Amino acid sequence: MTAQEVRLCGLLLQEHFGEVVAKVGTHLLKSGAQNLRTIIHETGISLDLVKKSLCVLVQHGTCVFSSGRKAPGSPTEYRTSCDRILRILRYPRYIYTAKTLYGDTGELIIEELLQRGDMTMSSTVKTVADRLTQNMEEGRSMDYSEVSSAFSKLVETHFLQRCPPMAGAGTKDSGTPATPATPAIPESFPDCYRVPHVTLIGRGKRRLSNEDGEDQRNAKKTKMDSETHGDEGIYWQVNFERFHLHFRDQAIISAVANKLDQTSSEIVRTMLRMSEVTTSPTATCTKPLSANEIFRSLPSSYNIPRPILDQYLTLLVDDPMEFVGKAGESGGGMYVVNLHKALANLARATLESVVQERFGSRSARIFRLLLRKRHLEQKQVEDFAMIPAKEAKDMLYTLLSQNLVQLQEIPKTPDYAPSRTFYLYTVNQLPTARMLLQNCYKTVANLIERRLFESKESKRLLEKSQRIEAILASLQASGAEPEQLTEVEEMITAPEKQQLEALRLHINKLDSAENQVDETIFLLESYVNSTATS
Amino acid sequence: MAGKGRGVAAFTFNIEALGIGRGSMPEARVGPTPLFPNTDFKPVPLKAGEDEDYMLALKQEMRGTMQRLPHNIKPQTNKAEVEKYTERYLKQTQMDDEEWAPDWNLFPKELMPQKKKPRAKPGIKKKTVKISRKDTENILSKLEELAKKDEGNPEKSDDETEKKTGNKDEEEEIEAEEYEEEDIEEDNDYIESYFDNGEDFAPDSDENMDGEATY
Repeated sequence: MTAQEVRLCGLLLQEHFGEVVAKVGTHLLKSGAQNLRTIIHETGISLDLVKKSLCVLVQHGTCVFSSGRKAPGSPTEYRTSCDRILRILRYPRYIYTAKTLYGDTGELIIEELLQRGDMTMSSTVKTVADRLTQNMEEGRSMDYSEVSSAFSKLVETHFLQRCPPMAGAGTKDSGTPATPATPAIPESFPDCYRVPHVTLIGRGKRRLSNEDGEDQRNAKKTKMDSETHGDEGIYWQVNFERFHLHFRDQAIISAVANKLDQTSSEIVRTMLRMSEVTTSPTATCTKPLSANEIFRSLPSSYNIPRPILDQYLTLLVDDPMEFVGKAGESGGGMYVVNLHKALANLARATLESVVQERFGSRSARIFRLLLRKRHLEQKQVEDFAMIPAKEAKDMLYTLLSQNLVQLQEIPKTPDYAPSRTFYLYTVNQLPTARMLLQNCYKTVANLIERRLFESKESKRLLEKSQRIEAILASLQASGAEPEQLTEVEEMITAPEKQQLEALRLHINKLDSAENQVDETIFLLESYVNSTATS
Repeated sequence: MAGKGRGVAAFTFNIEALGIGRGSMPEARVGPTPLFPNTDFKPVPLKAGEDEDYMLALKQEMRGTMQRLPHNIKPQTNKAEVEKYTERYLKQTQMDDEEWAPDWNLFPKELMPQKKKPRAKPGIKKKTVKISRKDTENILSKLEELAKKDEGNPEKSDDETEKKTGNKDEEEEIEAEEYEEEDIEEDNDYIESYFDNGEDFAPDSDENMDGEATY
């Protein structure tokens, strides 16, 4: 992890879990696995707070613990990783995706799980049903069974997964005190990974039926009370990897739609959906599908006749972006979706557009030229890019100084004499993507800090408006006169209102920017990860 | 070699080979680059649309709820001297939040909060102190025994020493009481005999002072 990542993680933790957790978290990030005593000693935070913070981190899956590596009896060690903390940035996108796929129920389920880290199915279903009921009109209510069926759908499609059980969980009934410091062994995680998908334990045990909306408001307080639903100890969490696969597929589909047209994107969508189950998450391309199979699986609403489909497929294969590849001739032609190649191409397009937006279209031309031709001498760059030598030199050197372009020396003689050396310019896509990724992290951290600064600057104003809103709400509840209300409303003067409006605008912009930078981060991250596995 | 290092622009090669001609050298830079340099290209506007707006709302809502959840841990020492009017309401809203009761099966045992301890602390402390005192007494008595054994007649049979210890136990109890009294005295932190009201010193200094004042 880099300094930028740690900084961003610290800010994210601070925003969501408070200062103390941020301090503990960044400390763990910086110093690796540590035990409780060392953390307390090195951070100088009181025992109680450190314990609580660690609980929060563990609860949200951002921290794993294991009994010491040095000896079997050594104290439990805690470890965090940037990857998981950086996911916080993407929470809105997960929730939104759940909404588009599974409606309001799915949205709330994911939202609750993200807020709490992990929950049992029964408590999730209850809270979500309560929340949905509250938003409904009087007299109507949400059925628990409906929510739980949405929940099981999310599990079926792997968007939710069971938390890996604790190593000592099996023995917990026999004797808890006998197993001191039972750690969740991270090595066993991949095994538990698959378990939740097949088992749908929660569903059969959901025997409680609907309650009235009125009761539920009262029930909110009592819901923590001991009702057993048979799924105690089985906790669920959001499967981020599955969401990422979905995002990746969506990115490919929308790229095809932009590059070619809507129909071809629908074909790619069908191909991706068909191979969703059969393709492993890290595969470089989907399993080969014959044109016949694709034709049969195309939804009839698209109205694509067979000859047109063949034409589209050849078009897709010929496209330089290489989203779709041909794997064979049998069955009317076997086709695959080149997942990793698509990611690489999308990342390349991102790099190109970054260069274009920062250095202008002519610099982007040089950049693209170098990407295509790999190695070029300065003279060749000038010639091929058809840019006057002086300007081309300037642009090339700017790109070089920004590390977007690399220089390779090839000496003719072993003394590296400049007059007898070739200077070849080149672009390395992967390192450049990594660098850009770090820049993105830095950008988001800067955005967050700016937002914190903005809201700190007008803290007094914000507090005032909050207070007045509270007063207004209480007045309205008590049924006050309209004149009274306006009187209170006027406590915020016109310039103050303006200021508040401007502040709201700024903060919205900054927040939105965070969300959108994260899209770039996602693309670059997936590209970098895909090169690691392939 | 000697001459080469001093020249201002004395490259060991013909810089024209790098494509840097006369007059095309970049200008010398003076000072650090500005913190916010002018950008030649303005950033493109953010995407706007229903999706983006909804995600924005989700983000802000998420942040709000996360800060109200019990998972958000506040540092303990942020109490302002003057209680603000709003704080009363804020506190109330936080009280409404349910307590966070994690499933301790999923956490390391050492992270369990030990809430009962602070309440029971005084009792426990007294006990531990007493135990330790008894221990020291035991050790002392043993040492005494050993010393007596050594200095006295080592020929004495074991039976007699046992009898003696019986007596000693009583003595010890008395001793222990004394011990406690001593402790109480020491708790006071003052030793009576050491009390110095400054009278011993005052006369001299007074004289001196007077002496000086007369001048």
